[in-house]
Amino acid sequence: MKTEKLELVCPAGTPAALRAAVDAGADTVYCGFRDATNARNFPGLNFSRDELGAGIQYAADHGSKVLVALNTYPEAGNAEPWHKAVCDAADLGAHALIMADIGLLAYAAENRPNTRRHLSVQASASNPDAISYYTDTFDVKRVVLPRVLTVPEIAALNKEINVETEVFVFGGLCVMAEGRCSLSSYATGQSPNMNGVCSPASHVRYEDKGNKMVSKLGDFTINAFSESEAAGYPTLCKGRFSTQDKVSYLFEDPTSLNAAEFLPELMEAGVTALKIEGRQRGKAYIAQVVKAFRTAADAAARGEVIPDLGLEQITEGQRETTGAYNKRWQ
Amino acid sequence: MLTIKDGNKTMSQPSKLNLGPNLFNWAPEKLRDFYFKIADEAPVDTVFIGEVVCSKRQPFFAQHIPEVAERLTAAGKRVIFSSLALVLTKREVELTRELCEMEDVLIEANDLSACAKLAGRDHAVGPFVNIYNEGTLKVMEAQGAKHISLAGELSRTSLAALGKAATVDLEAQVFGRLPLAISARCYHARSHGLAKDSCQYVCDKDPDGMDLDTLDGDPFLAINGVQTMSYTCANLIGELSDLQTLGIHNFRLSPHDTDMVQVAKIFRSVLDGEIEPVEATEKLDELMDGLPFANGFYYATEGVKAKGAIEEFGL
Repeated sequence: MKTEKLELVCPAGTPAALRAAVDAGADTVYCGFRDATNARNFPGLNFSRDELGAGIQYAADHGSKVLVALNTYPEAGNAEPWHKAVCDAADLGAHALIMADIGLLAYAAENRPNTRRHLSVQASASNPDAISYYTDTFDVKRVVLPRVLTVPEIAALNKEINVETEVFVFGGLCVMAEGRCSLSSYATGQSPNMNGVCSPASHVRYEDKGNKMVSKLGDFTINAFSESEAAGYPTLCKGRFSTQDKVSYLFEDPTSLNAAEFLPELMEAGVTALKIEGRQRGKAYIAQVVKAFRTAADAAARGEVIPDLGLEQITEGQRETTGAYNKRWQ
Repeated sequence: MLTIKDGNKTMSQPSKLNLGPNLFNWAPEKLRDFYFKIADEAPVDTVFIGEVVCSKRQPFFAQHIPEVAERLTAAGKRVIFSSLALVLTKREVELTRELCEMEDVLIEANDLSACAKLAGRDHAVGPFVNIYNEGTLKVMEAQGAKHISLAGELSRTSLAALGKAATVDLEAQVFGRLPLAISARCYHARSHGLAKDSCQYVCDKDPDGMDLDTLDGDPFLAINGVQTMSYTCANLIGELSDLQTLGIHNFRLSPHDTDMVQVAKIFRSVLDGEIEPVEATEKLDELMDGLPFANGFYYATEGVKAKGAIEEFGL
């Protein structure tokens, strides 16, 4: 069924970013607690219980909702922090909890049944049978789709499932199936699934080698930049490597996703909500991106052409991709 | 034979050596003959067969599956059919459904789509399904999982907690390059300047995966079509007895283009107390032509690291 108006789901890593997102027109803001219970467990980021309570109140006062991401996989023998996070987020009035782990979904369904459950992209549910499993077993109300599906695939999927879908439209782009990647822990011992971090800053080093700047993750060189290039962050899957004696960005160029041009097609495909990645970003970035996508979503709802959003300067490596939405990406 | 940890269970449990699904793109005849040899000579209990990595490869070996399964079964091996790890297209959904509708066989689910279809009957769950904790383990057990192969990323601490909670067989991969990621994109095709749709099946050029080096020329990862693997070969031969104290008695060997019968015999010898892990590692090193070993995940550190019996044979 065609969507009339897309919901705009925006990131917030700090209370200031949450207010910036709400002020810029976010329908919904998502955030996480300051620990390993969410997949942006970065130093200086995220919310205390009090900050989340205040954030939910601020959003409510301005007609917005708050979702709480609890999208890492609880550690065996130590589920308590995740269970407490489910209860606290629900009791503070979160509109929904975003989860990936089956055990945690079961816990939330049993202990806080009245708080909506959303399936995180980290669950990598990429087909109707997997999605129906989560809706039938845990009464999941919304599924965040993996960033590997084309628009026609999303349209076909929506015809076969009975649940809201949310898709990424802007920001960092995972090229691997989300939640099924341990590249980061192979090199650093820290992974998105277990620690809530990918290619963590604690393991990043830049080495000045005279005519080039080398970026390393753990013991491995991820990239090298000449003086004319800006040295980017060494996210493992956006590095330059050598296969068959050829150097390339084999996995993905250091680009970020911008699917603004696909908004009309995503509405046509029956998508409920658009997600912007970037809880690690500052409030100025959040304000700019949310405002731009508010304009785009409103234009799409009126059936107008999507205007140029002018976001090229703030994307990773100043390069954009439409990612898997375009079939040629594969 | 070791006495297992749970005070309620005083029986000792034999350790089992299993052969995981072949993850690489080998010629169908080569793979058929590989399984015939395994059937005739390898001291393994269970053999997992079927395409896990790429649905495009699936049709080629399909014709040999009945004879391979029959030969393995006749040799006294248990055969389990493994499902695809990444299910995206309509065809992949249908392949998975067809597999899960097969009766009188055991199937290993590697995606939640297969778990959904297999719920309510006895089945296995593979390492591509995320089971990180007791909560998820209990859900899987309740749905009928009888054999669960855990992901290579789990540390000893996690394995211990899962081993304590489990009422079904748990398995850990103890040999072979570790699957680290899977993607809709094919990196083998990309490396050859080809699109996935017209990949010419170039992953068949690398029967153990294609090496990926850093810009310094250091080996780092291995590419296997849509899958990215460790460059190093996981090797928990020094941890086998420790794993048994944790309640893990099933050990998975992941096939490589070497003499896997010998690999299985070496692991069996260590399990039977006939040779020491260090001596076994030297033999494995010869069989793998010096490919570095790793076991860092077990020790809750970088997966690439090598500790204990294999330390001298690390990267």
